[in-house]
Amino acid sequence: MLLAGAAVALLALVPLIFIAVYAVLVGPVEAWHLVVRPRMGQLLWNTLSLAGACMATCAALGVALAFLVERTDLPARRLWHGLLVAPLAVPAFVNGYAWVSLDRSVHGFGGALLVITLSYYPLVYLPAVAALRGLDPALEEASWSLGHSRWLSFWRVVLPQLRPALLGGVLLVGLHLLAEFGALQLLRYPTFTTAIYDQYGSTFNGQAATMMAGVLVFFCLLLLLAELRLRGRRHYARVGQGAARRAIPVRLRGLRLPMVAVPTAIAALAVGVPTYALVHWLLVGASTEFPLAELTEATASTLVLATLGAVATTLLALPVAWLAVRYRSRLTTAIERITYVPNALPGIVVGLALVIASLRLAPVTYQTALLLVIAYAILFLPRAVVSVRAGLEQAPVVLEQVAHSLGTGSLATARRVTLPLIAPSIGAGAALVFLAVATELTATLMLSPIGTRTLATQFWSASSDLRYGAAAPYALLLVLISVPATVLLMRQERLQP
Amino acid sequence: MTASLVRRAALAAAAVLVAPAMASCSLLNPPDLVVYNAQHEELITEIVPLFEEKTGLDVELRNGKDLEMANQIVAEGEESPADVFLTENSPAMSIVDNAGLFAPVSEEALAPIPEQYVPSSKNWTGILARSTVAMYNTDALTAEDMPESILDFADPEWKGRVGFSPTGADFQAIVSAVLATEGEEATAEWLAGLKENGVVLQNNLVVLQSVNAGDVDAGIAYHYYWYRDQAEAGENSSSSALHFFGDQDPGAFLSVSGAGVLASSEHAENAQQFVEFLTSTDGQQAMADSYALEYPLNPEASLGDEVKPFDELEPPVIDIATLNGPQVTELMTEAGLL
Repeated sequence: MLLAGAAVALLALVPLIFIAVYAVLVGPVEAWHLVVRPRMGQLLWNTLSLAGACMATCAALGVALAFLVERTDLPARRLWHGLLVAPLAVPAFVNGYAWVSLDRSVHGFGGALLVITLSYYPLVYLPAVAALRGLDPALEEASWSLGHSRWLSFWRVVLPQLRPALLGGVLLVGLHLLAEFGALQLLRYPTFTTAIYDQYGSTFNGQAATMMAGVLVFFCLLLLLAELRLRGRRHYARVGQGAARRAIPVRLRGLRLPMVAVPTAIAALAVGVPTYALVHWLLVGASTEFPLAELTEATASTLVLATLGAVATTLLALPVAWLAVRYRSRLTTAIERITYVPNALPGIVVGLALVIASLRLAPVTYQTALLLVIAYAILFLPRAVVSVRAGLEQAPVVLEQVAHSLGTGSLATARRVTLPLIAPSIGAGAALVFLAVATELTATLMLSPIGTRTLATQFWSASSDLRYGAAAPYALLLVLISVPATVLLMRQERLQP
Repeated sequence: MTASLVRRAALAAAAVLVAPAMASCSLLNPPDLVVYNAQHEELITEIVPLFEEKTGLDVELRNGKDLEMANQIVAEGEESPADVFLTENSPAMSIVDNAGLFAPVSEEALAPIPEQYVPSSKNWTGILARSTVAMYNTDALTAEDMPESILDFADPEWKGRVGFSPTGADFQAIVSAVLATEGEEATAEWLAGLKENGVVLQNNLVVLQSVNAGDVDAGIAYHYYWYRDQAEAGENSSSSALHFFGDQDPGAFLSVSGAGVLASSEHAENAQQFVEFLTSTDGQQAMADSYALEYPLNPEASLGDEVKPFDELEPPVIDIATLNGPQVTELMTEAGLL
């Protein structure tokens, strides 16, 4: 198991090794010169300010909405839950396209903050809902009985319990943002990732691009360390369901109807605007066309690649998460954390590392589906790891020990006890990876076998030529194939106690 | 739950089995010709079927940008799957040529093209040309307000008023012309001025759109963006006009799109045939008649008269083999534009 985990970590390290080797080849003086140039300052400010702002807005929005839907007597809560998860099916770059194509003024920081928050808040909302649902109300009630107000109990009891979910979600928002390309390019907000892409367009594997990637990795490491520190070493599992009852919902009283405006507004902005834009361009776009053969081909390759990516990535995530939860040590935590790093790397950097590695080491794999799936696995491992780890953490180790004590072997225990317990988490992880692969752009452009066109690459080609109408059918299909995975994620929350 | 898990796993397994079968379709039918295409995808996908019909060959395209693909071919070296490389601008051709990766282009392909559009190495050929222009918003400016030289856009009076797309190979080719005619120091100064004054836009279409909408007063791009939009509905060009620089100003730079055959090509004969088709009167006329509105280089082919005639352009005389991509990238990185 340890060997498997180490192998996965090594795979995830390929892009880092590439950057490190490159920095050494460039030489320290030249590398430093490239890092401290004025353009870096601007990109640094742009990237960090947007990352900070988005993490804050997503955290606030995600927790507030989760509380509203999960712990109050808001009418039609199930409907709102569905609508609030729905933005997951709208890739960030489709959302960016929708806003930009309707109103060209959504450029720069404000536009980027708006679009990214609307696209990413479910990353916090979903785990927050799950955690609230799994939380024993008795803890809060104990707090009330000790004289704390509801508000104070929320701060002192509920929020700390939400901490792993909240931090995990916010970490994902930060990592996603560092690597976000499509939406920010459309919104004309230059960050490290878009600048790397621009450099790549001029140089392929240029020095400046690789140095920028190095800086990006540094920030990714900072985020990971910060999350690790804040999460602490507490254990959150408990045995059995306890008294599996719902917490008493907060009565909104007079605010009950006005509060409906909150999820309505978010859903309108996050789902309504893209839907409107798509319908608008499908119906009135001058360049709208429906090339059936091309649409079918792109959909088929997208589905195949996304399925392969999801299966491969989830399989690789299992040993990593298992080690991190069941054999927690410095080494296993390091292995787990290492797999997170490439998540903040733009697809293009991972793609480039694999191009160079494959050309040097195994030219037969160059421009094959295999190499592309490996790239997806490297890029999206964290999504599967986070999910599987959360499942394992909530699966009490005592049950495994009981199985062992009754004479069940390790494999049988894994199959009959652990796997059924964590199956929903594995499914959720695979769904997240599927969503990510289906909408991946830059690594796909770079590594795909010749002639392969996916929905994302076709959409990008049309929308960067401002052929909004021609892009619309691809965007619609991207949304449609993301729906089943999103529904799976939504239902997964219901499975939890 | 376990049962549904099993069912889900079975579905996934089925998908895994089907996938390689689908992926291998392209393996079973390897193409007769692989083209790394950095020209406009829309144009080449219009031209390739004509060639396929004529020869019965099966062509696959890999699309990208000039310098990205040139450097990719260099990184791939002998392993490159590419047979033919097409670009929008010539600096990218020079990168591959300087790396010694091109095979000489056949006599037949070179014959129809005037010699100033072929490098002295004869390892690639020009196929189309595009003229640098400035566009201006007709509500904000008149023809008289436009500068005589493209270098004037670096003057403070243009602060915040001129849009351009520094990340595009097109603009970088224009910089290479400034570098060739004005020298390194003047180019660096000009770039610094543009960094100060200019509004950075994503690509030339966005330049056109922004000029037309009045977001910026003027913009730097190639001629055909404006003409193409006029030929369609004029949605993005109704409130704008073109300004051609004259008198051999670097702003009148005529950029040459190139085609070359890779020395490592496994389909060298098909590749030469493709380039021959591109420079032939048929191929050139087909490109001239397409939506593209770039200038054909074969004198037998002609572009419609809605575009400013080729012989009225006054481009600076530059040896196309000397246009230097890497040095331009360096200067632009130095200026903070990349």
